[in-house]
Amino acid sequence: MATQGYQHVICDPTKCIGCRMCEYACSATKTGAFDPSLSRIRVVRIEPITMTAITCRLCADAPCITACPRDALTRSEKNGAILVDEDKCDGCGWCVEACDFGAVVLNPATRNAEICNLCEDQPEGPRCVQFCPKDALILATPEVLRQQARREVVARLFEELAAED
Amino acid sequence: MHSYTGRILHIDVGARKTWVQTVDAGFLKKYLGGVGLATRLVYDNTPAGCDPLGPDNALCFACSAFAGTTMPVGTKHGVASKSPLTGMIGDSLSGSHFSEMLKRAGWDGLVIKGQADEWTTVFIDDDDVRFLDASSLVGKGTMATQHALREEFGDENVRISSIGPAGEHLVRFALIDNDGRQVGRTGNGAVMGSKRIKAIAIRGSQPITVADPVGLLKETRRLIEITQGPGTEKYRVLGTPSNVLNMNKLGVLPTRNFSETVFEHAEEVSGERLAERYTVKAVACAGCSIACEHWGKVTSGKYKGAIAGVDYEPLFALGPNCGIGTMEAVLRLLQDADELGLDGMSVGVVVSWAMECYERGILSKEDCDGLELHFGNDEAAVALLDKIAHREGIGDLLAEGTKRASEKVGKGSEHFAMQVKGLEMPGYDVRGMKTFAMGLAVGTRGPCHNRSLAYEADVKGEVNRFTVEPGRGKIAKEKEEYAAVFDSLVLCKFLRNCFDDFFADAARIYTMATGIPLTAEELKATGERVWTLKKAFNIREGWTKADDWLPGRCLHDPMPSGPGKGVFITEDELRMEIDDYYQARGWTSEGLIPKSKLIELGLEDIAEDVGVDNGVMSIPASAEAAASEEAN
Repeated sequence: MATQGYQHVICDPTKCIGCRMCEYACSATKTGAFDPSLSRIRVVRIEPITMTAITCRLCADAPCITACPRDALTRSEKNGAILVDEDKCDGCGWCVEACDFGAVVLNPATRNAEICNLCEDQPEGPRCVQFCPKDALILATPEVLRQQARREVVARLFEELAAED
Repeated sequence: MHSYTGRILHIDVGARKTWVQTVDAGFLKKYLGGVGLATRLVYDNTPAGCDPLGPDNALCFACSAFAGTTMPVGTKHGVASKSPLTGMIGDSLSGSHFSEMLKRAGWDGLVIKGQADEWTTVFIDDDDVRFLDASSLVGKGTMATQHALREEFGDENVRISSIGPAGEHLVRFALIDNDGRQVGRTGNGAVMGSKRIKAIAIRGSQPITVADPVGLLKETRRLIEITQGPGTEKYRVLGTPSNVLNMNKLGVLPTRNFSETVFEHAEEVSGERLAERYTVKAVACAGCSIACEHWGKVTSGKYKGAIAGVDYEPLFALGPNCGIGTMEAVLRLLQDADELGLDGMSVGVVVSWAMECYERGILSKEDCDGLELHFGNDEAAVALLDKIAHREGIGDLLAEGTKRASEKVGKGSEHFAMQVKGLEMPGYDVRGMKTFAMGLAVGTRGPCHNRSLAYEADVKGEVNRFTVEPGRGKIAKEKEEYAAVFDSLVLCKFLRNCFDDFFADAARIYTMATGIPLTAEELKATGERVWTLKKAFNIREGWTKADDWLPGRCLHDPMPSGPGKGVFITEDELRMEIDDYYQARGWTSEGLIPKSKLIELGLEDIAEDVGVDNGVMSIPASAEAAASEEAN
């Protein structure tokens, strides 16, 4: 699934400690209560040491948008986030099935699909990023990550060269 | 009610019946949660003198007041029952996602009694409780059981506490595991096994509210930042295995069944070595911003593939204390202990006792099923853990714990049975830590570094650790109560360097979460109430002053090496410290609790059960003690 050039919340699995603070913070921000089942970011741990957090990746040609029979999903022109029209959405769940990342939540109380909106209503941006104790979560574009990876690998290379001297 | 649910789920697994107990804010405020609440539930639901492995013993779980919220390291739970190892209060704590799920299913606690006819998984799905056939899980390890059940449920949201083969075979120091974290000490896994409960699975669908969400989230962010600072550096960077070299330097690293205090291969099993060669990942408990547990993996050699979360205490017990000096072997032993469901600390100490018996000729090769149980024989230790968990051959003897095994074997082996009240000692040689020595002797769940923080006084140089004087009793008392507040709220003690004024801060955060007003003074008093309640339980179960004592080795054998060479704690020194401690606690010279003290602490309802009338002791007090009572 190709991704857009928009920023989205990305987790570095080498830094993720599996604490699920992001789930608690997301659900508290969105619902006012701690309810990880309504968190729009979820931590997956494959026992015992493999873990990461997953949320909406703002796919290009987003399959959730295509799948919606009621045209309730649209892309924000501002930040590329997938927006859910609460009046149109009837909670049918086609978008849930269409998403390859399990990033769409169906809220049984509101009967709405809920997707990470990058906390665009929050002054400091995504709450999960702010609450991640280990900076495993960042808000970035894939291009920025590519640049970062290149810089890191070169830094490591020079460290190793220096160590050999 | 916020944060709390005000409901305790009672389950009779034999009758397959459940009932709901409602509790009010006043009750919850008195015991908070965790160890405090679990202990109160055990006290109320276990008949005096019951068989710990019989149906009447109540296996009680209690959530943290913060479970499932963002409060850092507040998502923990306590488990308590009458311990099959000590016959006294057996309370233990664990961090993990299980605690959150219990709360989200709508329960502040669980009380499980009875005994099933067949192996059972208790499945708590909010208010719905089902008893599922667990026969296909019998014999499986702890994590393997959780994995199999999650597959069966087809739902990764189900959180599970399970026992391994050790719990099934009623090994007296069996543990309960949840997501690779353990309710480790005092044998709650055996109690669960005696009820034929292989696993408790929970799925909760309810949101957790707090009284002041904005305040709590703000507090969380503040603490997340602080917990990335110097106050938790030890835990974040190397984890608790950093203790190995520190204790070795202090000459208090228990080596070869506490016969030595400095280990020549300490470097090999140190936190530094773990980080340098083996660490693959730091993992956190639920809602923890520290991540102290460093997982190590073996990539070559005979233990290739072994992987375990490493903490200092099981590491000392299965490493230096068994004379085992390679990290590869230690990682394998830790993995086996966790998966078999054995408390790594107790099993390490019982194995080291058997090794010393073997070295001294008290146990022969034949007695040991052909194993050459020399100190340092890691392959024999691996074999022995499996035998203990399945109670095969000599494993059946060792599964009884060090106290019972040494009483059965005799021949002077009691002298070096490193236990108090039946619970195996933690990883400090207390001959060179004399405040902590008394702290271990008087501990209500047996000798414990987590319940008595008296070692801080010795290690931080607040006192001269090689001497004793009056006043140590007061230090021990205050450290016990400080610990009891952490254990009951529950907050992880690794936060303890992160508060400016712990009692005031914690009370304020408690009110933010629960909406229940609580002052620093009230919180402090809770520590004393909880500790006293645990002692009261022990008294009800037949505790006497003779139970507060140390193994012969601590009291008669001088330390052979290190900075404390030649030092030991004399019986007179220990007696003096214990008397000083009872006095600081306002107890009688026999260590009993006056009714007036129980009433003062809000425990008036148990005063008649266990309290003594002031001035009328069950055993005549000495003139000196009577005089000091009067002065009080």
